[in-house]
Amino acid sequence: MSDPLVKIDGLTRRFDVSKPWLNRVIEREDKQFLTANADVSFEIGRGETFALVGESGSGKSTIAKMVVGLLAPSAGTITFDGQRIDAGAGIPRSLRRRFQMIFQDPFASLNPRWRVGEIISEPIRTFGLMNATDARKEAGRLLEVVGLSANDVNKFPHEFSGGQRQRIAIARALSSKPEFIVCDEPTSALDVSVQAQILNLMRDLQDEFGLTYLLISHDLSVVRHMSSRIGVLYLGRLVEVAQGKKLFTEPQHPYTRMLLDAVPDLALSGRRRRPVEGEIPNPISPPSGCAFHPRCPLAFDRCKQEIPQPRQTPIGQAACHALDHAVA
Amino acid sequence: MTTEPNPTPKEPSRLYRMWDSDLAYAFRTAPVAIAATLVALIIIGGAVFAPWLATMNPFNPAELNLMNGFTPPMEPNAFTGETFLMGADNQGRDMLSTILYGTRTSLFVGAMAVLFAMVLGISVGLFAGWRGGWVDSALMRVADVQLAFPAILIALLVFGIARGFIPDNLRDQLAIWVLIVAIGLSDWVQFARVVRGATMVEKNKEYVQAARVIGAHPVKIMFRHILPNVMGPVLVIATISLALAIIAEATLSFLGVGVPPTQPSLGTLIRIGQSFLISGEWWILLFPALTLLALALSVNLLGDWLRDALNPRLR
Repeated sequence: MSDPLVKIDGLTRRFDVSKPWLNRVIEREDKQFLTANADVSFEIGRGETFALVGESGSGKSTIAKMVVGLLAPSAGTITFDGQRIDAGAGIPRSLRRRFQMIFQDPFASLNPRWRVGEIISEPIRTFGLMNATDARKEAGRLLEVVGLSANDVNKFPHEFSGGQRQRIAIARALSSKPEFIVCDEPTSALDVSVQAQILNLMRDLQDEFGLTYLLISHDLSVVRHMSSRIGVLYLGRLVEVAQGKKLFTEPQHPYTRMLLDAVPDLALSGRRRRPVEGEIPNPISPPSGCAFHPRCPLAFDRCKQEIPQPRQTPIGQAACHALDHAVA
Repeated sequence: MTTEPNPTPKEPSRLYRMWDSDLAYAFRTAPVAIAATLVALIIIGGAVFAPWLATMNPFNPAELNLMNGFTPPMEPNAFTGETFLMGADNQGRDMLSTILYGTRTSLFVGAMAVLFAMVLGISVGLFAGWRGGWVDSALMRVADVQLAFPAILIALLVFGIARGFIPDNLRDQLAIWVLIVAIGLSDWVQFARVVRGATMVEKNKEYVQAARVIGAHPVKIMFRHILPNVMGPVLVIATISLALAIIAEATLSFLGVGVPPTQPSLGTLIRIGQSFLISGEWWILLFPALTLLALALSVNLLGDWLRDALNPRLR
């Protein structure tokens, strides 16, 4: 990609999950670390929707939090439009304004004691983009943009349904006129009937404002509907990156295939679904070599010893030794 | 579903919404709470408007008549013929006026002490909960140590230290403020603990993360975002603390380390009164004591009711 908006390189995050110091001394244990993400690299082009999928515990949300600066990476870099944004508090305001986040739970992401108008205009006020009266008008206008009424600025969040609240959260994210929005499971807390409305709203806004999305989801149908490219995470590592539609037709990595096989299809094609076998291993002591080898139908000796590096595939990249040996 | 214009022609007024709220309904259906509020309001009102309600200023020597000393309640004085509703004390002060003024001092000290404890406790609790880690451990250990000492002991300690620092001529003027600090210092831990616990829950909620993403200042997040969401339990503790602070002030004044005799509180009045109990002038002790009892009880009952009314599990 010639000029990506967001470039993530070698992103690693470890969490210290050790017992307290006294317990460690008495029980003679070492410090324990949980590796949530290891060596994740990908790029997001302008105007595209890059999706990250994976099972629970695969480190999707950790990446989202690092990208918006809620968590500092243990190693690796995040570059936004050519400027580093992994420096923690040192991100300049002019840069911070250009990325935003939409959260999973619309019942927790809006301050229950604030009026909707205040909630939406908070980024405007924090970045000092407008004076108070204009910010108030802008909040009303944004509410209309996301399909609510401008009169709703005086209401409190508890007066709205889940889908409406998510619209308010989207309006807040839009208020600082960002170019890039990280969406952490934006629909997983919503009713299925409302999910489609929110996703369509997000696509309309993308077209209207030229937004770039990083979409975190475990729902493959959401991902298929929304994304131009998809990254598949397994135990904190990116196992495959591929073009959106192609991933569903020509998956390269055995883990991607396993995930897709497990998806129920509405067409009732009679295809025998294979359930996902096994469980994601403990990230505190991950398996040696390729973390997927204990569950992989194609695993051979090399998988147990060597961590696979990404290789070019016809539809993107995949990190699998089997690709070299044409077993795949 | 959401695109239709929202008519809502007339918003109900703020007053109506307050009357219509769950809390107001719970209040209207709780006779104990209503009675406690009435008693508390009468006493507080009496204290606030004491200069207009009292028949005399009991601390203006020019208005006192020593001949009125020890006049029993509702009986005309043998020499002056004056009648006092609650009698008069040894110096001929009208007990009712003295109690009104005394309650004023008691309430002022109690309210200021709670306010001081609240500000200190909320700040410490917010900071400890927000920062977590060793800052939190250090602050909460200090609070634990503080809690291990009885409140009266801390108050006496502060009082003793302050006495050493403050020059003699300022002592009477500053005594009230020393008392406020002393009671407040023994009371802030509860606020700090409750606020810290609630802050630790709130800070991980997504609305706080949303504020952090846009780089809002931590102090702003703590006071504008988190504080409004933890105020419920704080107000309950404040109400109950007010009753305790009034009692603590009375205890300290009774022990003689409280307010100066020129500005007596209910505790001072009780101390003065108890020396006349043996000789049969019961009214000098009884009326201030009853006032203290009624005040502390009503405020405490109100606090208890508020705690239950705001507790979602008891609904």
